[in-house]
Amino acid sequence: MPKVFYVQPDGSERVVDGAAGDSVMSTAVRNGVRGIVGQCGGSLSCATCHVYLAADDRQYFDGPGEDEDEMLDCTASDREDTSRLSCQLVLREGVDVHVTVPDEQT
Amino acid sequence: MSRPDHPRSVVVVGASHAGVIMAERLRARGFGGSITLIDRSPHLPYQRPPLSKDWLGGEVEPDTLALRSEEYYGDNGIELLLGADVTRIDRQGGGVAIRIRHSHVRQEARRFDRLVLATGARARVLDLPGVDHPDVLVLRDLDDARRLGQRIRRGPLAVIGGGFVGLEVAATARGLGTEVTVVEAAPRLSGRAVGAGTSDFLLAAHTELGVDVRLGTAPVEIVVRGGRVRGVRLADGREVPAATVLVGVGAEPRTEIAEHLGLVCDRGVVVDERCLTSDGRTIAIGDCTVQEDCSGNRVRLESVDNATEQADAAAATLLGADLPRRPTPWFWSDQGPWKLQIVGVVGADMDVVVRTDPAKPRRRVTLYFAGDALVAAECVNAPADFVAVRAALSRGLRPSREALSDSAVPLKKLLAALPVN
Repeated sequence: MPKVFYVQPDGSERVVDGAAGDSVMSTAVRNGVRGIVGQCGGSLSCATCHVYLAADDRQYFDGPGEDEDEMLDCTASDREDTSRLSCQLVLREGVDVHVTVPDEQT
Repeated sequence: MSRPDHPRSVVVVGASHAGVIMAERLRARGFGGSITLIDRSPHLPYQRPPLSKDWLGGEVEPDTLALRSEEYYGDNGIELLLGADVTRIDRQGGGVAIRIRHSHVRQEARRFDRLVLATGARARVLDLPGVDHPDVLVLRDLDDARRLGQRIRRGPLAVIGGGFVGLEVAATARGLGTEVTVVEAAPRLSGRAVGAGTSDFLLAAHTELGVDVRLGTAPVEIVVRGGRVRGVRLADGREVPAATVLVGVGAEPRTEIAEHLGLVCDRGVVVDERCLTSDGRTIAIGDCTVQEDCSGNRVRLESVDNATEQADAAAATLLGADLPRRPTPWFWSDQGPWKLQIVGVVGADMDVVVRTDPAKPRRRVTLYFAGDALVAAECVNAPADFVAVRAALSRGLRPSREALSDSAVPLKKLLAALPVN
């Protein structure tokens, strides 16, 4: 069962058991992880599930698609090299994921 | 910090998006009293937007629709009473006594300090010969979606109503190889929700998907032969083929409890910006409500965004906190490969700037201006433009026509160059 490690801006961490096929966003929302809103439910409509993906974990995911890439320029918190929309980060068996939640999401 | 009138117990009738988010917001704001969500549906509260999209095609497992995990409610002290009908509500001394019936057997009565109505809306029904046939469906909840999903590959689908739900289902069904006809009595698709240019663009999009769109003609009969639905007869005399008919002609707010309580209703439960109903005490949120828009008209905003924002406002109201600032309303509709996103409220006689890019013919952005200021936008397959406009409007920016007319420069760059108010 893949685990997702959510680190808040204040440094506190929460670990949630995920399921392969679910996204980092939906795993957060279903478990009430603070700071990940995911208002559109993962249809690339809202840009309210922005996270910073740990550098070591980037190898497990394809880079952002064109729409995601453009939307990352318009998130509420500043874009960094590690920025992703967490609805596009789909969990896989055997792969734990570490993300940091930005300060502001709406 | 507690005030004497702070509630110790809150009951929410309706556990869909608005009700669940309000419970979450109450806890996030530090509410320590009891929260009970009551819903007649037996299912763990779920997301509705996917029901007309991927879910129909079987790409999404049912448990992934859950708004929150079962553990979430337990961990946060939110009581879920599912499969429970509210049979009686009495208001006594500022409190509420509510009787519910579980699965038509067990009854119980509870007392609560404050009542929240999040009763949602039901699918509007058509008065049409044959409409009661079991091959004729509506799509509002999970059980509706299951029925439709079981039938969607079985022969031609006729969709009555060219609104968002109808068009979403039409696109999904085409993606599964089903023959689809959309019948819309008005001269345009989604004519009340989007401008003429966007509507025409959607028509071309659905035609490209292979949807047979019939505009300006109303259905007059569901044709039943040999016990099965065979088609839909139109006012122009023609018949379109159908093994299944989906009626998607809008939704009607569920106002029965509000009316029973004597609350003012006007095509929805009337609420103010704090989500207070006419008694000044009962709260109502989500699809069942009507509220004043910026022009003072009573409108019903049927959207996830509105449910979320009203839930947040209601939680603040219950706790006597300041009202959160409300961003510009927005809405989305994914129709197969076509993503429509709307932000702001489009009024009559607004100036329009259309931004297109010959290199991206499937994209179209329509900006609406009141006077010289941007107030709304419709984006098709342009999510980044949409997010940029929404962020600008929600931050109070009102850029001018001139500032945004250069289609050669990306919208986000034009907006980023504007001074912050």
